[in-house]
Amino acid sequence: MSAALLRAAPALTVAAFGLPIAAGLLGTVLPAFGHMPAIGVDQWGLQAWQALFDHPGFATSLWLTLRIGLLATVLSVLLAVGLAGLLATRPAAARLGAWLAPVLATPHSALAIGLAFLIAPSGWLVRWVSPGLTGWALPPDATTVGHVSGLAVVACLLLKEVPYLVLMILGALNQVAAPAQLAAARALGHSAASAFLKVLLPQVWPQIRLPVFAVLAFSLSVVDVALVLGPGNPPTLAVLALRWFSAPDVQRYPQAAAAALLLLGLVAACLLAWHAADRLLARLGRRWIERGGRGGAVVPASALAAGAGLVLLALTALLLLALGLWSLAGAWRYPDALPSVWTLGNWQQQGASLAGPAANTALVALCATAVALVLTLACLENESAGGVPAKRRAGPTGNTGRTSNTGGQRSLWLLYLPLLVPQVAFLFGAQVLLVRARLDATYLAVVWTHLIFVLPYLYLSLADPWRAFDARYARTGASLGASRWRVFWRIKLPILLKPTLIACAVAFAVSVGQYLPTLFAGSGRIATLTTEAVTLASGADRRVTAVWALLQALLPLAAFVLATALHRWCFAGRRGMA
Amino acid sequence: MSDVNGGALQLQAVHITLAGRVLIDHLQATVAPGDCLTLMGPSGSGKSTLLAWLAGTLDPVFQASGQARIGADALTGLPPEQRGVGILFQDDLLFPHLSVGGNLAFALPAAVRPRAVRLAQIDAALAEAGLAGMAPRDPATLSGGQRARVALMRTLLARPRALLLDEPFNKLDAQLRQDFRRFVFDHARQRALPVLLVTHDDADAQAAGGQVITLGRP
Repeated sequence: MSAALLRAAPALTVAAFGLPIAAGLLGTVLPAFGHMPAIGVDQWGLQAWQALFDHPGFATSLWLTLRIGLLATVLSVLLAVGLAGLLATRPAAARLGAWLAPVLATPHSALAIGLAFLIAPSGWLVRWVSPGLTGWALPPDATTVGHVSGLAVVACLLLKEVPYLVLMILGALNQVAAPAQLAAARALGHSAASAFLKVLLPQVWPQIRLPVFAVLAFSLSVVDVALVLGPGNPPTLAVLALRWFSAPDVQRYPQAAAAALLLLGLVAACLLAWHAADRLLARLGRRWIERGGRGGAVVPASALAAGAGLVLLALTALLLLALGLWSLAGAWRYPDALPSVWTLGNWQQQGASLAGPAANTALVALCATAVALVLTLACLENESAGGVPAKRRAGPTGNTGRTSNTGGQRSLWLLYLPLLVPQVAFLFGAQVLLVRARLDATYLAVVWTHLIFVLPYLYLSLADPWRAFDARYARTGASLGASRWRVFWRIKLPILLKPTLIACAVAFAVSVGQYLPTLFAGSGRIATLTTEAVTLASGADRRVTAVWALLQALLPLAAFVLATALHRWCFAGRRGMA
Repeated sequence: MSDVNGGALQLQAVHITLAGRVLIDHLQATVAPGDCLTLMGPSGSGKSTLLAWLAGTLDPVFQASGQARIGADALTGLPPEQRGVGILFQDDLLFPHLSVGGNLAFALPAAVRPRAVRLAQIDAALAEAGLAGMAPRDPATLSGGQRARVALMRTLLARPRALLLDEPFNKLDAQLRQDFRRFVFDHARQRALPVLLVTHDDADAQAAGGQVITLGRP
């Protein structure tokens, strides 16, 4: 690793995900305004937009998208704050935090499929109480999955976004003297809930802002969850765009591009509105703090939010169990609470067809993780290289401390870019480019597209531990005559092995869960567990779908177990490395 | 600002152990309003543990028994926020996201209304601490001595019925330490608060002027 290469790392990293996004957006903008010679459309104009607005159900789609996005985000924030408050103020509850990471590793689509198994009219929840309590000898004639309200989509988003935000809040709390300030506030007569909301939360809120933005953007533009749990007709804007992009009639492309761009505009508008509301709320919050209330009313409200958060965690455990049961069910007739015949047959039957997609999933995830790891480590090493002041550093130098400088703040925004721009808005354009370069449906294309989303997560989870590394170890190594290269391999990497392995597991999980990037870059021809499971979810036998969704959920979990085990095995008997 | 609560702080047979090791051995003491009891001892002798127990924030790994009262009211079993026990810690722990005035407003009971009255009481408290007009300031821009005084005023504005001092003079330099000690004890006496001070500094104990209990090395 020469110094010149290291210096190039930040630019290379930004290019790795910035270029495809920029090029992809351009490739979506042009057709939306009438320019796509490949399909014979070459007349600048607003016809595509006209077609979009004239589409029956367009207004319903728009409203549905907005409702899902805003409701999921508001509820995620409320429940996450409640749950984080519980975990941060009660030592007994803190242990629960360990369960959040595995939930976070589970792909959205696996959660969506499992949730459908739970809440469907013939789902597990109804089977528990039927016909005994309900009298339903047949599944009730009601719609839960695919309900026009989009509430099932919201529920599924909560399952994943709440643990995500809780982990972000708890992580940020590690950087303020949380226990001492909590004790000080309580000695002044504030309840734990009031102390958390008025003293701790405002201090970490600036660091939660971008993650909340990511949740908002994701909830507005999610595709796989909306395909499994959302209403079919009219669907959300993102699904509408996808439907037109994959229509046999290529003349639909321009209006698909218009829908994707509209979604981008919607996300931008919502982020701005959220930001304005956030500032207003911050001002009101200050007044609220200075009124001196000890938090009589916030105690039950916090307890309610925390309780709802706990219900979500329980629901996640239940739906994974439901997937497991269905994958082992030979016969499971409604309204039996459990299968009447157990079998491994589903797994054996699917074995042959599972192998290819499972190998694809693992291969793509490993490659994307490896590339992202090399780029991230090169960036971080470049950053710690000889005394370059933080402000002059180029590239992603995400700053998490309270002393954030504008340069760090800006690059943090850059890192979040792939999480804020709706996937459908740039993936289509990127695919057009890939087709032109004859790279579509190649592993290279799929890995690179995954890299766009894997990189930010890997970087964000590795940057903090890497920056917290005690530089005196490295200096000691150097003073003992070790080269920089040797210090990196023999001292720094081993000491930081645990966060590095965990970050890799996170990256692996992110890749496994990608639906739309795989679909577009692979031109539908590179099948992964995720693409297959989402396809199966729309009508295949539950026992078959369960096998695919469960394997999809187990793969990232296995990565986490492996990461932990590997670290333990490497440093068995080293108490300082626990 | 002359609330007289009039209750003595009583410790009855307070016994705290950690994994079988006795930290506080059946401690018995009464601190009259306006008086100060000093607990001396090296670090690890359990004096901060006793304060945590009194404040209600003792880590559950400790085993504690005994009773603490202020006047006739038992503290044991109450959550920290309902004990009416004000604490000054080694660090001032001014909340960094609030202004100096905001920190004081956070402590001032909500029953003090309307806003104009609240602001007046905060200004009065600041003036009392020699910090008149500093309400809008960012706590980070204050000197160590100023921060320490704001921390005391914040504690007192919450109208505690007893004051616990957890080595709050430790981090100040010699001259400041003397001034702040006098400042704290004067205010406590003026409000007739029973004070419990833990320290390992003899000068602190002398300045407190009350009864001294020395805890042994564990």
